[in-house]
Amino acid sequence: MSYYNEMFEGDQVRDPYARLREWVDTMPDDFRQMKQAEAEALFRRIGITFAVYGEGGDPDRLIPFDMMPRVFEQAEWRKLERGIKQRARALNAFLRDVYGRGEIVRAGRIPARLVYQNEAYEKSVVGFVPPRGIYSHIIGIDLVRTAKDEFYVLEDNCRTPSGVSYMLENREIMMRMFPQLFRKNRIEPVDQYPDLLRRTLESVAPAKCEGRPTCVILTPGHYNSAYYEHSFLANLMGVELVEGQDLFVDGDFCYMRTTTGPRKVDVIYRRIDDPYLDPLCFRPDSMLGIPGLMNVYRSGGVSICSAPGAGVADDKAIYTFVPEMIRFYLGEQPILNNVQTWTLWKDDDYRYVMENLGDLVVKEVHGSGGYGMLVGPKSTKEEIEMFRHKIKANPSNYIAQPTLALSTCPTFVEEGIAPRHVDLRPYCLCGDRIELVPGGLTRVALRDGSLVVNSSQGGGVKDTWVLSE
Amino acid sequence: MKLRISHETTYRYGRPIRNLVQSLRLTPSVFEGQKVHEWQIDVTDGIRGPGFRDGAGDWIEGWNVRGPVDQVTVRVQGRIDTRDMAGVLRGHREVVHPLTYMTHTDFTQPDDALRDLANSVNGTSDNLDLAHRLSLQISDSIAFQNGVTANNTTAAEALALGAGVCQDHTHALIALARIRHLPARYVSGYLHSTIDGEPHDAAHAWAEIHVEGLGWVGFDAANKCCPDERYVRLGSGLDASDAAPIRGVAMGSGAEDMAVAVQVEELAQ
Repeated sequence: MSYYNEMFEGDQVRDPYARLREWVDTMPDDFRQMKQAEAEALFRRIGITFAVYGEGGDPDRLIPFDMMPRVFEQAEWRKLERGIKQRARALNAFLRDVYGRGEIVRAGRIPARLVYQNEAYEKSVVGFVPPRGIYSHIIGIDLVRTAKDEFYVLEDNCRTPSGVSYMLENREIMMRMFPQLFRKNRIEPVDQYPDLLRRTLESVAPAKCEGRPTCVILTPGHYNSAYYEHSFLANLMGVELVEGQDLFVDGDFCYMRTTTGPRKVDVIYRRIDDPYLDPLCFRPDSMLGIPGLMNVYRSGGVSICSAPGAGVADDKAIYTFVPEMIRFYLGEQPILNNVQTWTLWKDDDYRYVMENLGDLVVKEVHGSGGYGMLVGPKSTKEEIEMFRHKIKANPSNYIAQPTLALSTCPTFVEEGIAPRHVDLRPYCLCGDRIELVPGGLTRVALRDGSLVVNSSQGGGVKDTWVLSE
Repeated sequence: MKLRISHETTYRYGRPIRNLVQSLRLTPSVFEGQKVHEWQIDVTDGIRGPGFRDGAGDWIEGWNVRGPVDQVTVRVQGRIDTRDMAGVLRGHREVVHPLTYMTHTDFTQPDDALRDLANSVNGTSDNLDLAHRLSLQISDSIAFQNGVTANNTTAAEALALGAGVCQDHTHALIALARIRHLPARYVSGYLHSTIDGEPHDAAHAWAEIHVEGLGWVGFDAANKCCPDERYVRLGSGLDASDAAPIRGVAMGSGAEDMAVAVQVEELAQ
């Protein structure tokens, strides 16, 4: 399999990478090692050591930072941006629809079972339309590139995508260590993200809110692997970081306890899952939630971001229908490709996948973090046979996709620089406007030949540049 | 029937509690079989919070009691006219898709015995007939008996015991229906009197099964019948916990003791 190298076109270094090439070529070895150590020390000092959500592993482990940036030209980015915004609009339209009349199901475009029997579908919010009809306010869309003009969406994250603090920190640290690089290259900023996020949250305050909305971030607490990110964002946005016990319901509204008395809360950016939001509506045994919150929400007293039930849009089975959503709700052709996906609960798909296991990537429907998946071409015969047994035991738990030829980016390795496979997660904000900062989080598979970028599987992160015109 | 209903639930706490928050599903459903004339909910020392109709058509009210109190009473009083609709929930406005009620919960999780019982009914291609026969299976397999089950008993456990109360019959029937691919849900409400004329002095529960073309149809396996004018419907859910008329959480709750008094009287014409 051949891979698209984002730095080269034939033997020629592509324009966006020209200055970086020069920078690398003139960099003395000991300088590089010194800087790498400096970067690590900086990350440790800031305390950014959390694992990307759902990946497990040691929460205090540092995710390796690669100093070689990944670069997009303005034109490349513009196309990605349009594709991502289009997808974000379609996903929110889908959520509005399936919690309302369900036109897409009535039209026979998506099987009813996949929507209404989905474990992320929330019966309790059917018929309630959140402010501006927005359900997913921060959408993380995982993309890979396979050719100069070919991008594929691997998955959509409509609930509480994490990792944006890496995007911000990677840039911060690069600017601190290599200010001259930022003078020589005209790079679009990303540090407006916290302001945009706050603006987005404020724009979806409930109608009952008067004056400037009070926003908070609701965290499960410091044992959570993404706690650092929660406090980091709260800090940068200038809003309170709260846990369930800091909030309470009284009358028609939700309040937070402060040293100067109760203060009404208008918008909750929650980083806890639906079942733990409110023991009066969901799990009665939840200690994390706020009793009565869902009644306040459903009567328009407080906004919750993302909306409870938003997860039905980012399920791996629903994923296959996103291009259909774009055509159905927007009347447009999808700008970004979906990866062809075989669903193993269909007989034809099952047969095909079982015959071609060695060429495919097989994933669990509800899995994440690169665990429980098979990368056919990178696996031994034994591993493939073992996986075959797992699939046979429960076919409906799996989907399969072709092994994508993920693009590579130059990356610092022991011997200098070498190509390593990368993906990209931009963060799209949806409120009164739909916007995203230029760039996102680039994850890189640091092991030679590896296609798995997850940090739990030896992945690292890079600063992601979008060059100005 | 013209019915007068009085329903009092009193919670007593070993130690005073603060910040009690409740979610009440205690207002009769709106459909052709019911017409409410007067209905009042009150919580002692309570603050009435948000009230709204949810997607399943239920009226939900939030209440909270700041406390400290060592006793809270939820009092419901009202008058309602009921009509016999042969169990059919006609004219009920709801937007939840029936398939949403195919999801099993801990209460209805099937075991082999429930599956065998569900699949023992055959020879019918009519879903209404199937629903009736599933309900009969439960009536015959679970005897009505107080005190043998608790409020956390599952459908599988009740069937194994062969005895239980209306909550158990309802969970078991829901399990059977879902096994046979019929959407089913838990309904909470009141019952004026059993078929032999005995007054029913407790809250009641039954199942609704969705039959294509007809909509939701009620089945009371505990009383071997379909709901008629003796029944008052409050709300529904996936199981007893989801459909509970009262859900509440308080801060610092010590031991909790609950007393319920229900009266459903027929008014003179």
